Amino acid sequence: MVTRGFTGRQSGSEPSHRIPPGQHLVDNFPVLTAGPTPRIEPADWTFTLKVGPRPVKEWSWSEFNSLPRTKMTRDIHCVTSWSKFNTAWEGVAVDDILADAGLSAPTPFALAHCYDGYSTNVPLADLAMGKAMVALKYEGQPLPRDHGGPARLLVPHLYFWKSAKWVNGLQFTERDEAGFWELRGYHMYGDPWNEQRYTND
Amino acid sequence: MTEAIVATARWQSCAIVEVATRTPAIKSFFLRLSEPFDYTAGQHVDVRLTAPNGYNVMRSYSIASAPSDSKVIELAIERLSDGEVSPFFHDVAQAGDTIELRGPLGGHFLWPRPANKPVLLIGAGSGVAPLMAMIRHRKASGEPVPVALLLSSRTWGDVLFRDELLGLERSLPDFALALALTREPAMRRTDFSRRIDCRMVADVAGRLPSFPGCALVCGSNAFADIAADAALALGLEAGAIKTERYGA
Ligand SMILES: Cc1cc2nc3c(=O)[nH]c(=O)nc-3n(C[C@H](O)[C@H](O)[C@H](O)COP(=O)(O)OP(=O)(O)OC[C@H]3O[C@@H](n4cnc5c(N)ncnc54)[C@H](O)[C@@H]3O)c2cc1C
Repeated sequence: MVTRGFTGRQSGSEPSHRIPPGQHLVDNFPVLTAGPTPRIEPADWTFTLKVGPRPVKEWSWSEFNSLPRTKMTRDIHCVTSWSKFNTAWEGVAVDDILADAGLSAPTPFALAHCYDGYSTNVPLADLAMGKAMVALKYEGQPLPRDHGGPARLLVPHLYFWKSAKWVNGLQFTERDEAGFWELRGYHMYGDPWNEQRYTND
Repeated sequence: MTEAIVATARWQSCAIVEVATRTPAIKSFFLRLSEPFDYTAGQHVDVRLTAPNGYNVMRSYSIASAPSDSKVIELAIERLSDGEVSPFFHDVAQAGDTIELRGPLGGHFLWPRPANKPVLLIGAGSGVAPLMAMIRHRKASGEPVPVALLLSSRTWGDVLFRDELLGLERSLPDFALALALTREPAMRRTDFSRRIDCRMVADVAGRLPSFPGCALVCGSNAFADIAADAALALGLEAGAIKTERYGA
């Protein structure tokens, strides 16, 4: 349906094939958080890998920081409709976390857990093979607190709520279990190219 | 509580039935739903605008009206002069136009159910919109829940829903209103002439008959951080503090 009188910005020198349907480009980096911004000191930070209820390995901040580092520059897409090009991240690939714990392909699904009680589900296939990391730096700097510092999950090819802020663990599950937002109406998978915003999209 | 929200929110075309100028920068748009839905105060809709060549954009707007008048919903939209969608609403959209939207959306920033403890609401600018839905719901439902609203605006003239809020302060039992004006001295003894801070939040929470069960904060990210931290300092658990951040 055409909206009377609307033409929009459409300034489009940027190639539009990089913008998924319903998204628009921003230069800033909006913050959307459901509660207070947690304060987590690196000295208190830990990261736990679980398979089902069973903890497999826990890392301290310094242990985690000594794992192999990965850099990624990616376009990101928020379900609230903004997209941002060429965001540069550095962290530890999920593959390297699994390798350090001596696991290869634990179960087909995972839940990322966070300090603020938030969780989100992502299939293993979207975490492994270099697709996702636990990010420790953004644009060469330690990750700012309001963007999830000290560490956030980064799954750049899915809507950005899947890139959970203040992450403190990954739990592998047999079934695809809904996380916090997925229980509150957001899509189980969240592919921006198929506009999987809400539950039945 | 979340089941209702999981229902498919389909796109629907809605007629603008009225446009009301609320403040120099904020207008309310009253939209008649072609497929009425039930919602909880605090939820929002996504609005989609489409150009003749198919280019379209989407933005979220909180529902400011109470769920009880849910055939017509009110959206209060602030004009950002360099924005894409809000200037369209202010400068182009008129009564009689049709707008596509879907909702209700958002399963987190909600009026508490059951509402059995006092509620502290903290908003800035157009961020009072979902809080207004809560206050209007509280009035319409007659729920005997004490509510305090701390609302930050630049000037007296920028206070969204000012006259309605002043009226409710007089007529609605257990409703306390405090305005924080950031660019103008306050005119009422119970208001503030500064930006929000911990002391102010504690003062307003103290106007409730007992300690609040939750705080709901809505505004810019910077504002929401200050308000949420002040609510933490007050002694509320992080899980009892909900924020709705209007992006940047
Ligand atoms: C859940 C939710 C509820 C909301 N409810 C309301 C509400 O009730 N009322 C309300 O008024 N708003 C609300 N908002 C905000 C609303 O969705 C829009 O973000 C707002 O109206 C601005 O949209 P716009 O198209 O006018 O501006 P945009 O074009 O999105 O621009 C927003 C700001 O970003 C800047 N900007 C624009 N383009 C760029 C660019 N390319 N790079 C960098 N910066 C840029 C502009 O300076 C502008 O100030 C809500 C947001 C959310 C997430």
